[in-house]
Amino acid sequence: MVDDLYQETILDHSKHPRNCHAMPDANRNAEGYNPLCGDKLKLYVKMDGDIVKDASFQGSGCAISTASASLMTESLKGKTRAEALVLLDKFHNLLTTDTPVGKDLGKLVVFCGVRDYPARVKCATLAWHTLKSALEGSGETVTTDTE
Amino acid sequence: MSSQTSLISAPFDVEKIREDFPVLKQFIHGKPLVYLDSAATAQKPTVVVDSIRHFHEVDCANIHRGVHELSQRSTAAYEETRSKAKQFLNSKTTNELIFVRGTTEGINLVASSWGRKNVREGDEIVISALEHHSNIVPWQMLCEEKGAKLRVIPMNDRGELLLEEYAKLLNPRTRMVAVTHVSNALGTINPIKEMIAMAHQAGALTLIDGAQAAPHLKVDVQDLDADFYTMSGHKVVGPTGIGILYGKAALLNAMPPYQGGGDMIKMVTFEKTTYADLPYKFEAGTPNIAGGIGLGAAFDYVSKIGLDKIAAYEHELLLYGTEALSRIPGLRIIGTAREKAAVLSFVMEGIHPHDIGTVLDRQGIAVRTGHHCAQPVMDWFHVPATTRASLAFYNTTAEIDALIAGLGKVKEIFS
Repeated sequence: MVDDLYQETILDHSKHPRNCHAMPDANRNAEGYNPLCGDKLKLYVKMDGDIVKDASFQGSGCAISTASASLMTESLKGKTRAEALVLLDKFHNLLTTDTPVGKDLGKLVVFCGVRDYPARVKCATLAWHTLKSALEGSGETVTTDTE
Repeated sequence: MSSQTSLISAPFDVEKIREDFPVLKQFIHGKPLVYLDSAATAQKPTVVVDSIRHFHEVDCANIHRGVHELSQRSTAAYEETRSKAKQFLNSKTTNELIFVRGTTEGINLVASSWGRKNVREGDEIVISALEHHSNIVPWQMLCEEKGAKLRVIPMNDRGELLLEEYAKLLNPRTRMVAVTHVSNALGTINPIKEMIAMAHQAGALTLIDGAQAAPHLKVDVQDLDADFYTMSGHKVVGPTGIGILYGKAALLNAMPPYQGGGDMIKMVTFEKTTYADLPYKFEAGTPNIAGGIGLGAAFDYVSKIGLDKIAAYEHELLLYGTEALSRIPGLRIIGTAREKAAVLSFVMEGIHPHDIGTVLDRQGIAVRTGHHCAQPVMDWFHVPATTRASLAFYNTTAEIDALIAGLGKVKEIFS
């Protein structure tokens, strides 16, 4: 049922997104855009050497994309750049494959319901695409069309 | 059994009509399908499906020039649709009706063929704030290429075009006014007869995007005096990939071909090619024959019910739906034009249209969510997207009730 998609944690983070603010002293920024629904997202990352010290976002989106950005920024803090990119891959697999849900995703497992809603995968991955752009420093607006 | 007369005078029998649409008799996620996305594409009645099947099973051959029986049958069936389109749009001749893939191709054909020949630097093309991307981008591309200027008729809070502003935009440099008859995102019915007359007075030509109008109201291109009018088959319960571009013969004759290839020529040598007469000059290559034949069946089907009856019934549905949606707290209908087709575009406070769409889908209700290929319209209303329920003559008030109940579930989850 639809409740599998909109789990309590997702609803909570969509209504009360964490780290939802600008970050003037961020040293990595990127913008993401989902042309399918017009959702826009601005991501701020503060790197301390190789470590993600802080992350935040701004933007308007659906419950899935907002919750995804909120939970992503939470889960990034303290991770190395490489760890963050590994997490991105795992998250992507969680959404797009039938592989058993890994234990190392932490709170992010609440998004496992999205795999049954192919039309909504891009909502959940928008923040992560934007993260990749921020970490790889391309700095250009990424769109979810590149999947 | 009812007598013949009582059948004719009978009220709109939507249950009987629904019998013609097998697709509607299914369950989605365990719930009866409630299809409220006809502005995207209309469902197809059995007669349309059967006509396409019949073509493939019995008459399949390429059209034109073939001397064998099957080719003659397929040519006759395909060309018969042109005659039906003549009645449907009331053009003077069948020569003025070009088969295209759909409205988008119709507009591109004119922008490309007429536009490249006739638009110069400093000329102006007028479109409106209500346009679908397909009636913006081709003109933008043309303007960019030619150094011409694209001007936009603004609208008011209801989603109605401001005619006094339109009048101010018209000037001797205006070459073309390209506007939609009915807005896909909001449902606004534009006063295009008046708008065409105004354009003509300024010496400009007109192209009317009829994609959303043709399924819902009677179109008479002669009465409108439209220079070009284009529509998509799939919105009038026909197949996808086929549509009609109407153009006045004198204009079409003066235009260069859109694409080169077979079927659009009289004679080809390596030195020179002479082009075929109308309408074939614009129909290069093997067309969507099955689609054309299916469109003919669709014209017959819609005409048999009668567009007057369809328009009246859909208007009842619109009033019912508007009233029902207005009772939902926190819901705002986007597009409240006084002249409006059966489109209900809305936003709900604090709930994104995509979430609404997903929750409704799980209850069997198909609506469209997003910008409806009309991002400038969304920008004007300061919303990134809306949820759009678009109604057709096979919809019922019970389905609107289902939508309202579905939105109740949406609120339950997100509030």
